[in-house]
Amino acid sequence: KMQGVAASVSDTLGNIRPWLHKVTTQSKMTDSKYFTTTRKGEIFELKAELNSDRKDKRKEAVKKVIASMTVGKDVSTLFPDVVNCMQADNLELKKLVYLYLMNYAKTQPDKAIMAVNTFVRDCEDPNPLIRALAVRTIGCIRVDEITAYLCDPLRKCLKDEDPYVRKTAAVCVAKLHDIDPLLVEEQGFLDMLKDLLADSNPMVVANAVAAMTEIGESAQTEAAARMLTWSGHLVNKLLTALNECTEWGQVFILDAVANYTPSEENEAQSMIERVCPRLAHANAAVVLSAVKVIMKLLELLTPGSDFVQSTVKKLSAPLVTLLSSEHEIQYVALRNINLIVQKRPEILKHELKVFFVKYNDPIYVKLEKLDILIRLTSAANIANVLAELKEYATEVDVDFVRKAVRAIGRCAIKVESAAERCVSTLLDLIQTKVNYVVQEAIVVIKDIFRKYPNKYESVIGTLCENLDTLDEPEARASMIWIIGEYAERIDNADELLESFLDGFADEQTSVQLQLLTAVVKLFLKRPTDTQELVQRVLSLATQEADNPDLRDRGYIYWRLLSTDPAAAKQVVLAEKPLISEETDLLEPSLLGELVCHIGSLASVYHRPPSAFVDGRVAAQRKGLPSRAPTLAEATGAADAGAEVVPTDNAQNAKPAVSVIPTQDSLIGDLLDIDMSGGGGGSGITQQSAAPAVPSQSNAMDLLGDGLDSLLGLGGPAPQQPPQQQPAVGGGSGVDALADIFGGLSATPSAQAGFTPQLESWLPAQRGKGMQIDGRFLRRGAQLQMELQVRNNAMQQLSGFAIQFNKNSFGLAPAQPLSLNPLAPMQTATTLLPLHTKGQVQKMEPLLNLQVAVKNNIDVFYFSCLVPIHVLFTEEGGMDKRVFLSTWKDIPADSESQTSLGSYSHSPDSVSNLLQSCNVFTIARRSVDGIEMLYQSMKLCNGILVLAELKISGGAFTLSLKSRHAEVYSGVQESYLKILKSSN
Amino acid sequence: VYNHKGEVLISRVYRDDIGRNAVDAFRVNVIHARQQVRSPVNMIARTSFFHVKRSNIWLCAVSKKNLNAALVFQFLYKMLEVMGSYFGKINEENIKNNFVLIYELLDELLDYGYPQNTDTGVLKTFITQQGVKSQTKEETTKITNQVTGQIAWRREGIKYRRNELFLDVVESVNLLMSPQGQVLSAHVSGRVLMKSYLSGMPECKFGINDKVIVESRRAADSSSAAGATKSGHIAIDDCQFHQCVKLSKFDTEHAISFIPPDGEFELMRYRNTKDISLPFRVIPLVREIGRTKMEVKVVVKSNFKPSLLAQKVEVRIPTPLNTSGVQVICMKGKARYKASDNAIVWKIKRMGGMKEWQLSAEIDLLNATDKAKKWTRPPISMNFEVPFAASGFKVRYLKVFESKLNYSDHDVIKWVRYIGKSGLYETRC
Repeated sequence: KMQGVAASVSDTLGNIRPWLHKVTTQSKMTDSKYFTTTRKGEIFELKAELNSDRKDKRKEAVKKVIASMTVGKDVSTLFPDVVNCMQADNLELKKLVYLYLMNYAKTQPDKAIMAVNTFVRDCEDPNPLIRALAVRTIGCIRVDEITAYLCDPLRKCLKDEDPYVRKTAAVCVAKLHDIDPLLVEEQGFLDMLKDLLADSNPMVVANAVAAMTEIGESAQTEAAARMLTWSGHLVNKLLTALNECTEWGQVFILDAVANYTPSEENEAQSMIERVCPRLAHANAAVVLSAVKVIMKLLELLTPGSDFVQSTVKKLSAPLVTLLSSEHEIQYVALRNINLIVQKRPEILKHELKVFFVKYNDPIYVKLEKLDILIRLTSAANIANVLAELKEYATEVDVDFVRKAVRAIGRCAIKVESAAERCVSTLLDLIQTKVNYVVQEAIVVIKDIFRKYPNKYESVIGTLCENLDTLDEPEARASMIWIIGEYAERIDNADELLESFLDGFADEQTSVQLQLLTAVVKLFLKRPTDTQELVQRVLSLATQEADNPDLRDRGYIYWRLLSTDPAAAKQVVLAEKPLISEETDLLEPSLLGELVCHIGSLASVYHRPPSAFVDGRVAAQRKGLPSRAPTLAEATGAADAGAEVVPTDNAQNAKPAVSVIPTQDSLIGDLLDIDMSGGGGGSGITQQSAAPAVPSQSNAMDLLGDGLDSLLGLGGPAPQQPPQQQPAVGGGSGVDALADIFGGLSATPSAQAGFTPQLESWLPAQRGKGMQIDGRFLRRGAQLQMELQVRNNAMQQLSGFAIQFNKNSFGLAPAQPLSLNPLAPMQTATTLLPLHTKGQVQKMEPLLNLQVAVKNNIDVFYFSCLVPIHVLFTEEGGMDKRVFLSTWKDIPADSESQTSLGSYSHSPDSVSNLLQSCNVFTIARRSVDGIEMLYQSMKLCNGILVLAELKISGGAFTLSLKSRHAEVYSGVQESYLKILKSSN
Repeated sequence: VYNHKGEVLISRVYRDDIGRNAVDAFRVNVIHARQQVRSPVNMIARTSFFHVKRSNIWLCAVSKKNLNAALVFQFLYKMLEVMGSYFGKINEENIKNNFVLIYELLDELLDYGYPQNTDTGVLKTFITQQGVKSQTKEETTKITNQVTGQIAWRREGIKYRRNELFLDVVESVNLLMSPQGQVLSAHVSGRVLMKSYLSGMPECKFGINDKVIVESRRAADSSSAAGATKSGHIAIDDCQFHQCVKLSKFDTEHAISFIPPDGEFELMRYRNTKDISLPFRVIPLVREIGRTKMEVKVVVKSNFKPSLLAQKVEVRIPTPLNTSGVQVICMKGKARYKASDNAIVWKIKRMGGMKEWQLSAEIDLLNATDKAKKWTRPPISMNFEVPFAASGFKVRYLKVFESKLNYSDHDVIKWVRYIGKSGLYETRC
């Protein structure tokens, strides 16, 4: 039979016509009919059919049920009837019933129990396919009652004689761990899993590796986490198994091996040698994972050594080959190549041509190729690249064309020798008069001017011709910049700028700012005939604009011009620093982290996993390992450039690298100084603030008459800084400044931070004479429990010890309780440091903590509520944009709003106060007297909470957003407490 | 799996963190998106969607984790392949007709999001849709051993009366040429397809004329190969092998040895950029005569041995969108203007080597209004088939060893064939 098929296949090449195709179409397998039933009373009919005596009828009915389930109809009411069909010995029917169970067991937990017996029985079925099916399914049924029954069968299956069952069971351990991690750890499944790594069957090994990697990322206890770390010995064994695994198994193993960092250079080298053959695999995932492992290990080797160079050479061909695979895979590959090229440009420097865009490439591939093309551009190949880019700029896709034009500009900035050719290319493009091409070209030409000042001004004339076509803010801003910068060479610069000024109010802020600056530049260059213009723009900026940035810049210019035009010249017309050539490179530590995630989503998004994955896993950051310090010394400074992430060797698996740039934390630090409470802290701020204030008031003085005298305009009101806005107006400049600085210098020392009152936790009558009051504190990132113990009994108390029950946040004492024996009627206070790595169990209420305190008399139990703000970590701040996108990401219906009552706090003092509790104010906005504070906080288990605090005439309203709505009540409570505490 | 309307045909949830609303999210944000989605990976509300589209069918994978993106796409393609080999063309009708089968397949292909066995041959041994009825214990253990086994791609006990194998070297030649005739980029991506009908568990050794392999061989036995200086070795940039090839052996000894799956499979892929003999050259000449007329002249030169014949030669010359009429004159073959494709299609059934044929056309244009979009002059593309390998790739030997059964290398009937096809063979104009 096979030969007959072979003959027919062999003459038409590449045309696989499997024999099964015929079989399926001939037999009347028209399953599509199941999709068509949408009548009323359908469920009722199905029910009858499910209970039919005839096997085939029941099977038909189950198929219909599955079809309805697929299209999204709710067929959960049929649960008991479907489960009845489960006992059938027909494997196909069984599979369908199991499929149904996986979908609906959660909604009907009590009825799901009915299925348990069958599951347990199936786990012992003589047919290994059925055993495996049962284990596979049971792990997917996430019902607590069933989970309990799962342990024994699973244990048996892990030791099953049949490899097919074992490999299924291995994955099941990961499933179970997701449902109940502690159960897995307690029942010793991890040990069994580890045994499977030495299994004789490669597929079992691969699945065990996959399961272990996943569990390792979310292990609950330290012991478990330690057990799951990869040892050199183990990695060695896995690499040996690599040869025998399926392609997927190879991916699992390579991804796991990537988490291991060898301690010696030799070891790294031999690992690379063993991984290299994988680069020739046909599966792109295998290739990329192998590239990841190698890229990581290369960090450990002496840079520039022969071995490194030969390895780097080996990497290039496979990467290029990835580009002849399917488009989607190409895209993933290109995103990764983008990273690799930034990390090690030498790998692909000779392969420029493969990144030339093809006409039929999908747009996402085109854009990525363009990006990489620019990164690989150098003086040697610029001619080729430029010819290509010009070709691209005539394509149809707007985004792509824009990017191509921008790329030409980047070439000019990167390769000085080619700048002239780039500029002439751009001019050619401007002649095409295609609106968006022209606009984009002007934006890049501005950059070129900044890089090579006074070199290509001849083109200005052409640019000015196209003034009218510009309708995008960025292009307008760029054009205005050019006019301002070269005002002395453009005869009608004042007219041009004036034409922009007419629509000043409608422009975007960036254009307004640019216009303001350009006019001032013009004025400084041609003071005689542009006075009117400069007055007009200044009054527009200071009086009619709402934007504080614009207003501020307006005032500064105004003062500068009025006090000291020479100084103004120095400031406004100062030499500008040259712009750097690569402005869009990823930050090195982020790049390092992303290289560790090659092949994964993080590398596609170019964002660290923590930016898009919830939960604990995200908190762990990977970084590239760095070479041992001794080696680094030996090779000297040569490798300084090659090192990316300086890490402590002892813990180089998870280096504590902060990826978010430091600006936020810097501000945080500044605010922290006065927050920390002590007199010293506020002293510093006062000192730093002190010189600022007088100098500003000086400026005010000068402004008063300086303006008039210098501009020679004295008199009419409009030229005066507006008085009618007392808060910010010039006359009350000092007030305004005082207001701004006030938040920093004056108030905070009084309310250095928030310390809650002691609460009574254990009254004396319940504690057999021992009375405990306490509170939770957070000092310098350390969570503490303050205990005030009073001995009301008649005898001495001693032998104190403390223990916590499992709780929602894994709070546990970091040290034993240190409390000296307590004589009658004596009181002692102790501080107990806590950590949050204990066992986790969700409590009701969420913040409930059950404590047991033992002394020489008895053990006493009490429970207390942990104020949630002590769990806010110091890392709760975030970038504005991150805040905004996170806020938008969270669905609106999970927002919760409460009124907090009225307080006398000013917005500044509130934000300072909250800052002391690690509630970070990200942004602030005021609209019509209503102040909005946008705040973020991060709990010790990684949960993010975002808040919007609205202050309207003393009344505070709080809106919260988080993915975990359970924490809302706690956060609201804490806000209330903090606000009340110092009111 | 969705149809083009965004209706769900198949949906299988492997993990708890993805709910039914993800299904709708993808429909709303990708399938029905107002602007066409510009990436195969999309993040919607912190959930990542990977999709692949085949005719009218959307195949979408969803996850909340940071998973291996390459693996996901590779898997989706594998899934298409498996489904294709089970029921032919992937379309809505076939999917609906086989939905139970697909669920069954998905059960085996993936477990908890981890790809398991995706080899069609093996899957067919135990997922048949005929129902596994009365299997004996030995039979099932055999199946499970094979599914998980070391050589997952071949079952034991295969017997043929005639041991035969077919090798096809299929190359697609890719070219991008500038209007001036300068080669911008050219590469050959080749595949070696094998059909093996061999008994038992044969071990095969495969030899090609790759420079690296040949040289290392020569170094190994320099005594015998003294004076063997004939050239004709090619430098392969990179090659990839089917999972049956022992990669570690290739790395150390440069030997390609493997136990082949039964039937048809792709043994290796390679890529070559050096010394490619381009079978054809296209020389375009475009002149715009006023606003309503264009003149196009295209010369095709064949550049290979006169004794060989190229087949299915087709040249596509794109025309502007506002073309109203075309007059074509060509020396050989048939040329027609296809308004639906906006192109002149010139077909030549057979073309010998070292020939030069010309086509000229006059294109009438509607008066271009300002509204009419700018025409971007897409490249002229070409299709063809030639009976040789443009890269110079040669099969040197393929030896078969089967130690247990009594047939030797000589008894195996072997066929080798070379085919050069066009990949993206474009000339800008």
